[in-house]
This record gives sequence, C-alpha cells and structure tokens, in this order.
Amino acid sequence: MLGKLSIEALPLDQPIVVWTFVVVAILGLAVLGLVSYFGKWKYLWTDWITSVDHKRIGIMYILFAIVMLLRGFADALMMRLQQALAATGGAGYLPPHHYDQIFTAHGVIMIFFVATPFILGLMNFVVPLQIGARDVAYPFLNSFSFWLTVMGGALVMLSLFIGDFAAVGWVAYPPLSELGYSPTVGVDYFIWALQLSGLGTLISGINFIMTILKMRAPGVTLMRMPVFTWTALITNILIVAIFPVLTATLALLSADRMLGMHFFTNELGGNAMMYINLIWVWGHPEVYVLVLPAFGVYSEVVSTFSGKPLFGYKGMVYATCSIGVLSFFVWLHHFFTMGSGANVNAFFGIMTSLISIPTGVKLFNWLFTMYRGRIRFHSSMLWSIGFMTTFAFGGMTGVMLAIPGVDFVVHNSLFLVAHFHNVIIGGVVFGLFAGMNFWFPKAFGFTLNETWGKIAFWFWFIGYWLAWTPMYVLGFKGMTRRLNHFNQPDWVPYLNVAFLGAVLIGIGTVAILIQFAVSIRNRKVSADRTGDPWGGRSLEWATHSPVPFYNFAHTPVVTSLEQHWDDKIAGRDPNAVRPYEDIHMPRNTGAGFVIAAFGFIMCFAIIWHMWPIAVVGLVGMIITFIVRTYNMDTDYYVPAAEVERTEDQYARAAIKGAV
Amino acid sequence: MSYRKVKYLLWAIGPILLSGCSDIELLNPKGSIGEQEKYLILLSMGIMLCVVIPVVSLSVFFAWHYRATNTKAHHDPTWHHSTAIEIVVWGIPIMVVSFLGWKIWHTTHELDPYKEISSATPAVEVDVVALNWKWLFIYPQYGVATINVLDIPVNRPINFRLTSDSNMNSFFIPQLGSQIYAMAGMETRLHLMGTETGTYLGRSTAFSGPGFSGMHFPAHVQTEEQFNEWIKAARASRDVLDDSAYLQLRKDSEDNPETIYGSVKPTLFQQVTAEYDCTKKNSLRHDGDLFHCTQPGSVVMENH
Repeated sequence: MLGKLSIEALPLDQPIVVWTFVVVAILGLAVLGLVSYFGKWKYLWTDWITSVDHKRIGIMYILFAIVMLLRGFADALMMRLQQALAATGGAGYLPPHHYDQIFTAHGVIMIFFVATPFILGLMNFVVPLQIGARDVAYPFLNSFSFWLTVMGGALVMLSLFIGDFAAVGWVAYPPLSELGYSPTVGVDYFIWALQLSGLGTLISGINFIMTILKMRAPGVTLMRMPVFTWTALITNILIVAIFPVLTATLALLSADRMLGMHFFTNELGGNAMMYINLIWVWGHPEVYVLVLPAFGVYSEVVSTFSGKPLFGYKGMVYATCSIGVLSFFVWLHHFFTMGSGANVNAFFGIMTSLISIPTGVKLFNWLFTMYRGRIRFHSSMLWSIGFMTTFAFGGMTGVMLAIPGVDFVVHNSLFLVAHFHNVIIGGVVFGLFAGMNFWFPKAFGFTLNETWGKIAFWFWFIGYWLAWTPMYVLGFKGMTRRLNHFNQPDWVPYLNVAFLGAVLIGIGTVAILIQFAVSIRNRKVSADRTGDPWGGRSLEWATHSPVPFYNFAHTPVVTSLEQHWDDKIAGRDPNAVRPYEDIHMPRNTGAGFVIAAFGFIMCFAIIWHMWPIAVVGLVGMIITFIVRTYNMDTDYYVPAAEVERTEDQYARAAIKGAV
Repeated sequence: MSYRKVKYLLWAIGPILLSGCSDIELLNPKGSIGEQEKYLILLSMGIMLCVVIPVVSLSVFFAWHYRATNTKAHHDPTWHHSTAIEIVVWGIPIMVVSFLGWKIWHTTHELDPYKEISSATPAVEVDVVALNWKWLFIYPQYGVATINVLDIPVNRPINFRLTSDSNMNSFFIPQLGSQIYAMAGMETRLHLMGTETGTYLGRSTAFSGPGFSGMHFPAHVQTEEQFNEWIKAARASRDVLDDSAYLQLRKDSEDNPETIYGSVKPTLFQQVTAEYDCTKKNSLRHDGDLFHCTQPGSVVMENH
C-alpha cells in the first residue's frame, strides 16, 4: 500500500532540512491558526479557492510565485555560501548529494514555479482587461490550471521533507537521471511535479489564445491590442507548441524509470542525445515564453511614464512575432559541444544570433519612446530603465554564446550561468516587478509604497551586478557550473563578491516584503480613487481600482489603439453612461481545485509506487470531471441594478477621495 | 567628475584591470585553438560593445534628460513614428548580425573540433574515457594509460577520441581551447595543440553526479624531450590495465589520485564504445558483464 515510502524516507539525519521543516511547520500552523481564529475558511473557499475570476486567479498566481521565490532564493544563497566556503580545498557545509539537490531545485523552482506562474499571473490579471473582456474564454479551466501549478509546486516542496529531490541539474539529462544513476525518488518528484504544472501551463496557453482571439471587445482589432497583450498572445502560442513536447519527453523518461524501457538509457539502444534535443526543443522557446510578456510590461510602463505613445508599435508587434518564430530554430545552441558537424552548428549559431535583431529593435523602440517624453521615475520605470541597461549586456553575451567557436570554451561555464541570469533577472524578473508595481493598484485599489519600492530596486539592481559580473569573469577563468568543492584560491575574491551581491539581492527581496506590509498599512492614504493613478493609456485604466468583478460597466467600444487615452483627451467617461445592462458572468466552482488535488494525490502515489492510492487519485480526477460536466448551472447574470449600485459606490468613493 | 578625479581613478583601478586580464585563462591561452577562440571572443565582444555601450548610455541619458522635472527638454507627447529611425534601428542590428553570421559560418568550420590540425610534426593520439568520477587517458601509440593526469608534447597536434562508460561528461582544458562531450556508446573527437609548456587545469564541465567536482586533472604540456622521458617512466610502471583491472576501475569512486599504467589492453577503448551496443544484456552497469556482447561495433559520431 505504501510502496517505497517508509520512515527512512524522512531526512531526519540532515539537520538543515529538519530545522527547515520545524520552521515551515510552525509558520504553516500559525497561518492555519490565524485563518481559523478569524473564521476566514469560508471566505477563503468561496472567494478565492473556488474563484474563476481571472483577476483573483492572477493575484493567487503571483502570490504563489512570490512564496516560491523565497524558497528558490534561499537555495541560491546556500549555493553561493557553499562555493564561497569550499573554494580552497575544504568540503564546505553542504555534501554533494544535498548541494546537487539544491541547485536542481533552484533552477526548477525559479523557472517553473516563480517566473512562469508570475508571468501567468500578470497575463491573467491584465489581458482580459486590456481587451475589454469580462473574463477568460474558459474560466473553470483557468482555475484548474492554477491549481495544477500549485500542486506541482507543492510536490517540489514536499520532496524537501519526504524523500529527496532530483540531484541531476534542472533539465535532468539522462543517463544521469535514469534509474541506474539516480535510484531514489528525487527524479520522480521532478518528473511528476513538472507533469502537473506543465499540464496547467498548457491549458492556460489554450485558454489565453482563445481569450485573445475570441473575447476582444468590439473594435479591438489585432493591431489595436496593447503590446502586452500581443506578447501574451505569442507567448501562449509558444506554450501550446512546446509544453506537449515537455510532457512527452518526461513521460518517456518516466517510462524508462518505471516501466524498464530504454528510450534514453545507455543500454539497449537508448539514446540520451534524443532527450537532450527534445528537452531543448521545449526549453529554448520556454525562455521566450518568459521574456516576451516581460517585454510587454516594459512597453506599457515606458510609454505610460514617458507620457507618450509607444514608439514603433508595428515594429514592436513584428519583432515579437519574429522572435516567436525564430525561437523554434535555435535549440541546438545548448549543445554545440555534442559533436554535430560544422554546418549544423553554424546554422544554429546564425539562427540564434538572428534573434538579436528583433530584440535589438525592441530596445531601440523603448529608447525612442523615452525620447522627448516627460519621464516620471516611478519604481516600475526604474525597473524598466534598469532592465534596458542590464539586458543589453545579457543580449551581447548571448550572441557570444551563439558563436560556436566561443561556446566551445564557455559552454557550461559560469559565463553561461551569468548570461542566463543576466537575461532572466535583468529581463524577466525586473519586468515582473515593474508589472507588479504598475498594476498593483488595479488589483487592490491602493498603490504600493514608493520608498520601499525604490529601495528594493536599487538593492536588486546593484546586487545583480555585484553577483553576476564576477561570474562572467570566473567563466573566463574556466570555472564550471555545479561545482561542489574545488581548490582554487584565485577564484575566492570573485566568489566572495558574488556572495555579497546575493546578500544585496536578498535585502532587496526583503524590501519588497516590507513594501507590501507598509503599503497595506497605509492603504487608506494611498488609495487610488481614480482608477488611473499613473496616467495610463490602455483599457485596464478605464475601469475602477480595484477592478469590479465584472471588469467594465459597459463592454468597451474601441476605435483606436489608445482608447483610454483618447477618451481622457476628449473628456469621455464610458463607465458613467446609463442605463446599465445585465452582465453575463461565470459561476465559481471548486472542481478545478478538487481535480488538481486528486492529481496531487495521484502523482505523489506514483512517485512512491503506491499503486492503489494512485488509482484512487486518477479515478477521483475523472469522476470529479464528469460530475462537473453535468453541472449546468455554470453562469449567471449580474442584474443592471447591482451594476448601478456598484458603479455609484465607486463614484461616491472617488468624490470622497477627491475631497 | 573632473578630469583630475578621473585620472586618479584610472591610476587606482588601472593596475587591477591590467593584472586582472593576465590571469584570466581564456584571454591567456596556451594552445593554437584557444588562441583563435580568444580572438573570436574579443572580436565579437568588441563589435557588439560598439552598439551596446551607446544604447545603454542613451538609455541613461534619455531617462535623465527627459525627466519630468526638466521642463527645458523638448517635449513631443504624440510623436511615435519615424520611418528614418525605424530603418536605422532595424539596420544597425542587421548589419552587426550579418557580419557576425558570416564570421560564425567561417569560424565554425575553422574551429570544428573534428578537424585535424595541420602541422609538420606528427600527431599524438589520446583516447579518453569518462568514468564515474575520473578521466581515463589511453595513449594507443605508446601502450600506456593514466588516470586524472594528461601529459602531452608541445607543438604537436593531439587527436582525442572520446567516449564515456557511464554518464555524459564534457572534456575541457580551458587554456588549450575547445571542449567536447564524452558519451556512452558514442565516440566523439577533438583536436588540440599546446603551444607553450606548462601545466593547465582540465575539467569535466557537464555535471555527472556526486563525484563531479573531483573530475579534474592537470594537463602537462611538455617539451619533446620531457614527453619522451615521461613515456619512458610511464612504461616502467608496473600497473597494468587489463579487463579485470578495468572492471575494478569503472566502479564509482571519487577524487581519484593520479595513476599511471605501464601497459594497457590495446582494444580497451573499442570495447568500451562497443559495450553499449549489446542488445542482449540488460543494464551492464549492474551485472558487470562487460565483455560478452555479441554485437560489437559502436555508434561513431561521424562528422559529415
């Protein structure tokens, strides 16, 4: 019944893990206790867990991403400390098996459970508002996607305390990730956590393509969509194209591990190179999945805070589309050193460097958006300028890595690691924080504290450069990634500076948490009564803050790219037009949560070979789904009177705020 | 910042920058391939910095100059299109990438790891086997083998053939140049040539499990005389690498000391690449049944 699970699976011999568990348990109990004390269980269930409101799901995605960021960042600090301590022949404080799990978990968590959900959260919150929709195309699936992602993250977290996690690097190359070399459940946790969250991401992708193509308000033609929505569209097309590849690849790896097959083993005709190709067919477009919406955020932020329309809108759209297409023709640059012929390597090298053309165009377009503007240094604008100055260097090192002759000496070195942190921190993370500061008032009705926002930015920005510049140099000094210990006194100064940088980023992260606390405390003072605190240009600023659950009092009718800006110039207020009409809305449902929870049970049981329980999980998923399909009561109408009441409340609050 | 301050600053950090460069291994190569790759690094970085530095400077300058409080700056709140600028912003990256693309095509063929280095001096063959977690080097011309130490003569091409008898690793001596993967059941090739005597660190760069950090070795690039002396000394070693010694060796072990085998089974490398082609046995790793494959012949990754 319990399969491979026994008391030995608990890592009681590892004090770091035991203490982590104690702290997590105390914090967890405290949260549960507080929820019970304030009697908020019903509120949590009806207003959040079962919610199909795209805004609430977006908020929950981002909350989840921030929680996981703390875990992923703790891993990063532990790695930096280990390398700083174990650079002169000592063993450091983390034995290889523990250290190897940490760098694997760090990569997996940061990509799958921080960057991806944060991006999905922003898209969830913003896209329907920008196209004037009331929700996404499939609200129930949206809730289901979110909970699948959470359950995947929960599996990764659980592996810390029950069993172990993969110790094979975040893309789990075989044959190392095969049963012969990784006999513990670690790689199975990796596989099933990603199967759950990957399925969630795939469903989200379908959902958003349909939302953007079918749910646009009248007049929102494709070329009248804000650039963020454009980037979301391309990103979701990429998701739908690549996540099935990930699912299939992991399924094959799992078949090797559980059914004794030989897709990627050394023996019996297995071929690890096939896995490496497949995982990067998914993996390279995945980085564009992350960075394109971040580019969208910068486009919105730079234009808004420069007080100008985006320079070269069409160029921006074409650049986004061409990045999307090119991203499928570059995967082999992850393994130029595998021994492909010069023609193949050169082809993929050239295709990769081609991507820098549309990306470069984007940088120039933001530059000329600022040109002759009136720039306000809101923290989201600081993140954007920080991005422009940081990302340009990441692009340069990326093109260097795309040159096979250069890659032959920096492949798998810290130069590579510095490059992808340069573009993922400097490109994606900065964009996520810019977006968070930018759209926060839309979600909660008050703005984030600027002082702490700017403190967070400067610590992150300086910390980034301190942490990663030495890494570039170490790569040129021949330092390889994923080293546990080494005897290289000349690397020590660089590693110490890098550790200091990581500490600064840590302070920046704490500053963000303080920013939340301070902002919540000052929410009355910083309340946004106008719905448009930054002088916004696109539709999301045309409705109130926080956005009413039905989004817009009237479905917007759009005649230009910057409808909201033009309305402001012309003095129109579409919300105030009467009479209001009944609004068609989806009903909340717990089915998404329940199916995902059964999925969690199934995957956990498969990991531990608890077959009867796995069957229970699977049957539970199917039955819940069938029950849900028989539920015909999935939508309702908000009466016009209620819309009017809500709109009046906002109007009164706005007058009060103005006084 | 005044000129004087800048001068003092340069005096202060200049030596650090200069001393920094001389001990950066990739910018201080000791092999013919590494030398070309250093040139490629500097060329590509230099060309791109010509664009990156102006873009970054302009970002900072525009952000500062067009700040909201600077009411003297030209303000044009509706300007958002200029065909001329669009042509320039597409044109600059297209020009840079066209040049780099031409360079990529050219140098990728030039630096192809499979391409033999033409030289007046005869090449030394070295067969490399990545094991858990050590490097085995076999010198078929000399009948000797080593663990975790590589001795090669200066100014003679070295023809590496590589495979793995476990996980994938990547064989890399930064100061000599290119790296290449070593994979079980495959044979990859690499050609390098040391141009200056000395000892350079070699490593695996592809993570291969808990003993990975110990997979490093010194690469001694020696004069012809020193190398001949070394071969003589190596042949005098009593350690023999035959089938049974190899079966012991291929077991997992970490941080292995340098070892020299005075003689080595001549067909060992071929056996290692062939063993995974066996269709009859299940995981060879577990039953240790290494040399009973009925279908020899390895998957050789041919270049073209």
